[in-house]
Amino acid sequence: MTQRTEPLFDADTVAKAQDLIGRYPQSRSALLPMLHLVQSVQGHVSQEGIDFCARQLDLSEAEVSAVVTFYTMYKRRPCGEHLVSVCTNTLCAALGGDAIYQQLSEYLGVGHEETAGEPGEPGSVMLEHAECLAACDLAPVLQVNYEYYDKQTPESALELVKALQSGEKPAPSRGAPLTDFKGVELQLAGFFPEDEQTLRSQVDGPSQAVETLQGAKMAADRGWTAPVMEDVPLPEVEAK
Amino acid sequence: MTMAPSEKGTAPKPEDAVPEGYVRLTIDGEEVIAPKGELLIRTAERLGTVIPRFCDHPLLDPAGACRQCLVEVEMGGRPMPKPQASCTMTVADGMVVKTQVTSPVADKAQHGVMELLLINHPLDCPICDKGGECPLQNQAMTNGRAESRFYDTKRTFPKPLPISTQVLLDRERCVQCQRCTRFSAQIAGDPFIELLERGADQQIGTAETADVLDMASRTSSGQPFQSYFSGNTIQICPVGALTSALYRFRARPFDLVSSPSVCEHCSSGCAERTDFRRGQVMRKLAGNDPDVNEEWLCDKGRFAFRYAGAADRIRRPLVRDASGALRESSWTEAMRAAAAGLAKARDSRGVGVLAGGRLTLEDAYAYAKFARIALHTNDIDFRARAHSDEELSFLAARVVGAEGVTFASLEHAPTVLCVAFEPEDEAPIVFLRLRKAARKRGAKIVHLGQWTTPSVRKTFGELLACAPGGEPAALAGLASHAPDLDAALAQDGAVILVGERAAEVPGLFSAVHELAARTGARVAWIPRRAGERGALEAGAVPTLLPGGRPVTDAAARAEIESAWGASLPAEPGRDTSAIVEALAGGSLSGVVIGGVDPDDLPDPELARRALDQAEFVVSIEMRPSGVTERADVVLPIAPDVEKAGSYVNWEGRRRSFDTTIENTGALPDCRVLDTLAVEMEADLFTQTAAAAYGDFARLPAYGPRPAFEPVSANGAASGVRLATWRQLLDNGSMQDEEPHLAGTARRVVARVSEAAARELGETVTVFTDRGAITVPVEVADLPEGVVWLPANSGDSRVRAKLGAGHGTVVSIEAGGER
Amino acid sequence: MTDPLTPVLTKRWLSPNSWRLETYEALEGYTAIRKALAGTPEQLVQLVKDSGLRGRGGAGFPAGLKWSFMPPNEDKPHYLVVNADEGEPGTCKDIPLMMADPHSLIEGCIIASYAMRSHHCFIYVRGEALHCNRRLNAAVREAYRAGYLGKNILGSGFDLDITIHAGAGAYICGEETALLDSLEGRRGQPRLKPPFPAAAGLYAAPTTVNNVETIASVPFIVNAGSDWFRKMGREKSPGPKIFSISGHVELPGQYEAPLGTTLRELLDLCGGMKDGIPLKFWTPGGSSTPLFTAEHLDVPLDFEGAAEAGSMLGTTAIQVFNETVSVPWAVMKWTQFYKHESCGKCTPCREGTYWLDQILERMVDGRGTEEDIDTLLDLCDNIFGRAFCALADGAVSPVVSGIKYFRDEFLALCRSNKPELVGA
Ligand SMILES: Cc1cc2nc3c(=O)[nH]c(=O)nc-3n(C[C@H](O)[C@H](O)[C@H](O)COP(=O)(O)O)c2cc1C
Ligand code: SF4
Ligand code: FES
Repeated sequence: MTQRTEPLFDADTVAKAQDLIGRYPQSRSALLPMLHLVQSVQGHVSQEGIDFCARQLDLSEAEVSAVVTFYTMYKRRPCGEHLVSVCTNTLCAALGGDAIYQQLSEYLGVGHEETAGEPGEPGSVMLEHAECLAACDLAPVLQVNYEYYDKQTPESALELVKALQSGEKPAPSRGAPLTDFKGVELQLAGFFPEDEQTLRSQVDGPSQAVETLQGAKMAADRGWTAPVMEDVPLPEVEAK
Repeated sequence: MTMAPSEKGTAPKPEDAVPEGYVRLTIDGEEVIAPKGELLIRTAERLGTVIPRFCDHPLLDPAGACRQCLVEVEMGGRPMPKPQASCTMTVADGMVVKTQVTSPVADKAQHGVMELLLINHPLDCPICDKGGECPLQNQAMTNGRAESRFYDTKRTFPKPLPISTQVLLDRERCVQCQRCTRFSAQIAGDPFIELLERGADQQIGTAETADVLDMASRTSSGQPFQSYFSGNTIQICPVGALTSALYRFRARPFDLVSSPSVCEHCSSGCAERTDFRRGQVMRKLAGNDPDVNEEWLCDKGRFAFRYAGAADRIRRPLVRDASGALRESSWTEAMRAAAAGLAKARDSRGVGVLAGGRLTLEDAYAYAKFARIALHTNDIDFRARAHSDEELSFLAARVVGAEGVTFASLEHAPTVLCVAFEPEDEAPIVFLRLRKAARKRGAKIVHLGQWTTPSVRKTFGELLACAPGGEPAALAGLASHAPDLDAALAQDGAVILVGERAAEVPGLFSAVHELAARTGARVAWIPRRAGERGALEAGAVPTLLPGGRPVTDAAARAEIESAWGASLPAEPGRDTSAIVEALAGGSLSGVVIGGVDPDDLPDPELARRALDQAEFVVSIEMRPSGVTERADVVLPIAPDVEKAGSYVNWEGRRRSFDTTIENTGALPDCRVLDTLAVEMEADLFTQTAAAAYGDFARLPAYGPRPAFEPVSANGAASGVRLATWRQLLDNGSMQDEEPHLAGTARRVVARVSEAAARELGETVTVFTDRGAITVPVEVADLPEGVVWLPANSGDSRVRAKLGAGHGTVVSIEAGGER
Repeated sequence: MTDPLTPVLTKRWLSPNSWRLETYEALEGYTAIRKALAGTPEQLVQLVKDSGLRGRGGAGFPAGLKWSFMPPNEDKPHYLVVNADEGEPGTCKDIPLMMADPHSLIEGCIIASYAMRSHHCFIYVRGEALHCNRRLNAAVREAYRAGYLGKNILGSGFDLDITIHAGAGAYICGEETALLDSLEGRRGQPRLKPPFPAAAGLYAAPTTVNNVETIASVPFIVNAGSDWFRKMGREKSPGPKIFSISGHVELPGQYEAPLGTTLRELLDLCGGMKDGIPLKFWTPGGSSTPLFTAEHLDVPLDFEGAAEAGSMLGTTAIQVFNETVSVPWAVMKWTQFYKHESCGKCTPCREGTYWLDQILERMVDGRGTEEDIDTLLDLCDNIFGRAFCALADGAVSPVVSGIKYFRDEFLALCRSNKPELVGA
């Protein structure tokens, strides 16, 4: 038998894929997480990644390709160390999101889903337009590896990207300390640090901007509350 | 495009009370009674209102994707706020439906959708294969706007993409109705074609066409995904997006003449439509026959037809001259030579007849009659493959003249047990029905075989695994090791299907017979070749006369003798192997061979020797074979398209067809034999297929059947056992000249268990004292000590090279040094 | 009368480490499940029906009624699927909720699952909401350890597993049947209905899909009863609701107020329009709800009020735009969003958004004509209500309402392209 070279997806990845399958009543449900897993290994979904999932799940490669090409988070070209997603949906765009995207695009010399620098190498950055990132009260927002950087300006965004390129990892406004694209893809696949301290250090990263708490804070300050809650029994239902 | 089937028989009339299982509704002001569960689009169609549609297809699960079929619906007196897709909504009591005929809203909705479908559709009808028979084109004419309001940029794609070697895709023509993808996923179970991307970028494609880096140039580690049924996607595509590589740009629909026909490849007997131009078949399409193939064909049936036009086709009779060379001759000369040679051989030690499994009923009847009255022998057998006395006894006792198990009964069976039968390879349309039964009705399909084949997987089936040869024991022990299956077979409607390789396993027919008797399950025999069942009915076997009359039964014989006006031999004849042996051993002088390839016979080497030994050989065939070079006279005959006739499919259903291409001068076997018989002073009355059938049909009905004579199974032999059968797409000569088709044949591999594969490595050599086959190894869930090879694919020509078959003990070794 | 703000769901958010189990437990967390598990599923369904809680995911379907569609037997497994795919432009309430108070959602899931006889609940979280995924996973882990999840929860004999499932970037997966396909590992394309999810949903088994905010409201209702819930909001739209206010206001953010609150009242809380620049248009509940203008400041923002005024309540995602923003441009941007997010399954949506976008881009580029406006409207008429799911209906909302209130602005863009009359 000919000697096979080190497989792209090693025993650990296979074990993780099997773990994912075990989480669902039907194996095919593991496909989306498994593709995130593939991205955590390769930084994108390649044909090998498609073959891998197809074999793990006993699907045809066409079936897997159909899924890969449907979802925007699966990158079909190698991603940078970091993925910078700028919300250019209407509200963010009106508040400066379009300008931010344009600024970054010009600076990096790349367009949507293109990478500046050698993909995967330190300091490489893939840029993308994002649809509404569900942080409109903090507009304009962008994400780096899906961690939020709120209330950006073209200048602050440029500074951020330059820092990323030089190997720094500026802390997000909300989220865990910045790692890299592959690292967060593993979490999206559903694998989090087992070790409590590491987990905590990530989970406890900030999440509440002033805006998030605006209403609650105001109510507390002004003494506004919901009506008092009193324990009442569950309604009686006639037995059928 | 396919139209919904109209309801059979007489539908209840509106003034009648609503019968059980029906509802009353109003469509365009007219009251109708419709069966519960019927889709509005079909009910309307039965009323004569054709609602335009693209994604709807009566045999596919509804999708509601194209939105072309919108109508207005009122339920319980309340109008539904939005127009509804009539292809997804079922009729309900009191429903009021307004189609485009009476509803301006529905009409506008339909015009709106049509306009949207056209904005990105290219205006290339003049060069599109579908032009002239295109539902989109037709509906655009009747339902479209005269002028487009769209003057922005159309979506374009580089064209065309190969979806397989047979099917090409022009993405810009696609209306994304998803018929093709639904067909592949639902009907065939081969999701090789899928929707890719999304939104306006959505497109049909395969793993290879997906926009993933280097996908197109991939060296796939997985298996290239192929389907035996891909051609159907071409036929059901309502636009010219999917086209046939074979047919592309070769003809326009209006230049073609169409003729209904019947497929000549397997025993399913599919209805086809053959389109031809100037004497040449251009394409074949599936006919719509709900009882048999519904609207589907396998790719062999659809694409394998050019053998008839092969350059080497024998067009004139050949006669061996004094120097020993074959030379062309006139029919008169050839007939005289053949008749003289045969008469002489007959009168010396006799002549046998090997009729072959591809004959029409009429041709087979001519052979059967010719053997009896011109050659005075029962030495005739159509079985140009492994066979046994046990099989013949089974066919005589349970199969000939039998009716009852049909495609419909398979669809409705609670349980089907497949024994020594690989449905997808051997009878693909049976496979589709089994899959449908499992998918739609939850039927339990159990396969007694060696590994989890695609047929097992795609029928959601269960594998009952045994070593080749172990099948009888497996069936005999069913009650103890698979009591649930045993019980399931006792359910009403359960069926046992048994395939051609059962003849290679001693005791298997006996075990099937016994199981059926015990459980009450019905049994059907599904041979692989189109002509086998008909040949059996026609009496082209050594023990039976036409209509299943035992040769040895004096009364039965007398019926035939009086019908034919000749006396018949009373001794059972020799079967194929015995004929071959007798020729080789000199106890038979001559043979008439109809289109049989020596390599198909149980012992090809012996068969060649037998032909060499024979004093006189008449070969009746269309193209040269291993027989031609050994024949004294070669009589050319017509391919299917150039003659009329009928096949009897595995159900026992007669599938007749007319001549598609007239006046080619080619003669059917029955005519050739009729003339030859006249030369030998016998009258067959088979000048034409119609005459032959008339002669056959005039025979009085015959009832009794001989009892089955069971045979006991062999003990387990030691050594590696070979499991083998023929794959659908293989070296078969009727698939010659079809590179597109061959491109989707399955990879030629040997399959072994995981443990064996670990020892063998990547290549294996399977050998016997006759020869060796070296092929790549693939792992399957085979029992230990079993190797599987395709019987006649690529270099894996099991009969020809190994002289082996299913159940033979073979040797294996790693690598390919031998 | 209640106070202008009625923090219920958002109240715990102010506590430090509000997402941790110990915080949640210190603030009455996991008290409702004890009460719920002591009752019967029928009682819980009745309670939620009585409360009048309506789905917070956009359509406002009564939650109790939806729960009651679940078969009373357990012939097949039942599933609760939480729709946490928040993606409707403007909507930004579920993600902060899950980040700040994930245990309230988990507690809601336990109660709802118990009420619907489900033993496996899936939370389908938008993939881009990474931090949310983290917090939920950590919270689920905490809940298992504390015995709130798993086998025999709190000795009640009830078993429940929760699986957090990250999406992969597709707005359409917020549509509940597309979500189910996506959760089954397929392309997120909507399914044919019927069968409805309660009959054949996830894995063809009975399934209920509810929004995060809907489910997170349940523990409070269990604890304080339906009458308490009905003290807030209006008769047909009771309860508190998180209003997400974004755009040109001084203090954007999350404001939890009774349903029926008006934008005028909310603007008051938000400190008014940013820099005093007047309001031009706003969405009451995300971009799929037709635009409102300054005329609509006093429309009560509940399901009926918004509908009567010609729009929809949607997700109460109020995006406020001032006079500096061009309506045709905003409409074009939204149309690009819908075109990008159309799943492709049906013709009107796939081709319609493709065409709308081309016309709008051309118009904004100054190359439109007046006929284009008619074409846009007729096209919207051919898309609205003709498509497979509601995405397409949402897609035409900005276009139709934009032209309705701001036709002049569209005309102005086209005026220069009016063909010159010969001889004029
Ligand atoms: C295009 C589209 C997107 C949707 N997105 C969401 C979403 O992100 N979150 C959500 O809860 N509901 C969304 N919905 C509504 C859901 O289909 C469904 O009505 C809701 O999840 C039901 O939960 P509820 O009854 O608790 O509101 C969307 C609907 C459509 C048509
Ligand atoms: S290729 Fe043809 S059959 Fe397939 S989706 Fe397109 S139009 Fe339909
Ligand atoms: S034919 Fe009804 S939606 Fe396509």
